[in-house]
Amino acid sequence: MAGAKEIRTKIASVKSTQKITRAMEMVAAAKMRKAQDRMLATRPYTEKMKQVVGHIALANPEYKHPFVVSREVRKIGYIVISSDRGLCGGLNTNLFRFLVKEIKALQKDGKEVAFCTVGNKALGFFRRVGGQVMAQATHLGDAPRVEALVGTVKVMLDAYINGEVDEIRLAYNTFVNTMTQQNTVSQLVPLKAGEDADSLCRHWDYIYEPGAQEVMDDLLVRYIESLVYQAVVENGACEQSARMVAMKSATDNAGDLISELKLIYNKARQAAITQEISEIVGGAAAVAA
Amino acid sequence: MATTILVDIVSAECHLYSGQGVMVYASAVMGELGIAPRHAPLITRLKPGEVRVDPGNNQPHEHFYVSGGILEVQPFKVTILADAGVRAGDLDEAAAQEAKRCAEDALANQHADMDFAKAQTELAEAVAQLRAIDRIRKTK
Repeated sequence: MAGAKEIRTKIASVKSTQKITRAMEMVAAAKMRKAQDRMLATRPYTEKMKQVVGHIALANPEYKHPFVVSREVRKIGYIVISSDRGLCGGLNTNLFRFLVKEIKALQKDGKEVAFCTVGNKALGFFRRVGGQVMAQATHLGDAPRVEALVGTVKVMLDAYINGEVDEIRLAYNTFVNTMTQQNTVSQLVPLKAGEDADSLCRHWDYIYEPGAQEVMDDLLVRYIESLVYQAVVENGACEQSARMVAMKSATDNAGDLISELKLIYNKARQAAITQEISEIVGGAAAVAA
Repeated sequence: MATTILVDIVSAECHLYSGQGVMVYASAVMGELGIAPRHAPLITRLKPGEVRVDPGNNQPHEHFYVSGGILEVQPFKVTILADAGVRAGDLDEAAAQEAKRCAEDALANQHADMDFAKAQTELAEAVAQLRAIDRIRKTK
């Protein structure tokens, strides 16, 4: 039985792979919970920020910050958010596919694009396929910090102010539930005017210290950063849940593979035994005859 | 009981405090601020420093440290958007330069035009792999 030993080795190797994928699944499940908590923890800030920006839009319609004014779009800047690591199913691939489709349509209209990447996978992708990458941030870890994104966002915003890009969009995955992630591309700059008209009326204005322009500059930059940060955190939760699902199916596949191999192994073993018995019986018959 | 003002302190990474207070003290760029209920609408930048909330009723004050941020006052509401870390124009500029440099390093001798054919074949390959895995699972 020459095949038996080979099959045994194969079973052992599949088993050790299964152990790894199972461990990864459990790690991803634990991390996912934390990532989800983090995602929820960022919401209050973004919501408050939205309210304040909304109030300002109502209070001070005469001073227009450049981030609020839209102009003719010739070049679009994308902030692409991806994971740092692979083995998370189609999470990044699907996002890039979605993005490439959109960009192709834009280029047909004669519009240019540039990118800022967050995460290794996006950087690697644009390195392979080309594209103007203006800035990047990688190795954010499981608990990303806002400071890690400040530089990347600033490069984009500066490009917007200098007129290098005329619109900034944000591409990331939104977390629907553990099984589902949604590819999302949303417009970041110019900011859409505050649509939530509170009960506040337009008869008042803030006291600005030190001045309207300084405060607005700071506020809007922080607002945009918080949106990007929220997208990064949300993408992190997506990454962990996608990885968990991918690793679960890998573990199941390994289990199926093992049972198949076991069947083959047992068949081979049985065939060998049958053969041996028939040889012995044949030999005995020959002796008796 | 005296009128109170709703105080919310949030930072980008977490929610720090929410509650009623009779007075809020903070150090803004133009100087110390004390905000009582019915303060005029105000919006200002904060310096790194302490934010203190007096909850009234002789309760002990709540103290927070913020490394800067933005304070917004509505007549019955104070919102403090705290920065997660120390921020300054030159620090931000340095971070921007760093992010740019990283991208340039990573993409040395890179062409600026996107190669759509390559992108699409690569993505198609990856998707095909994923589909295949899916199909293997379903047929079992």
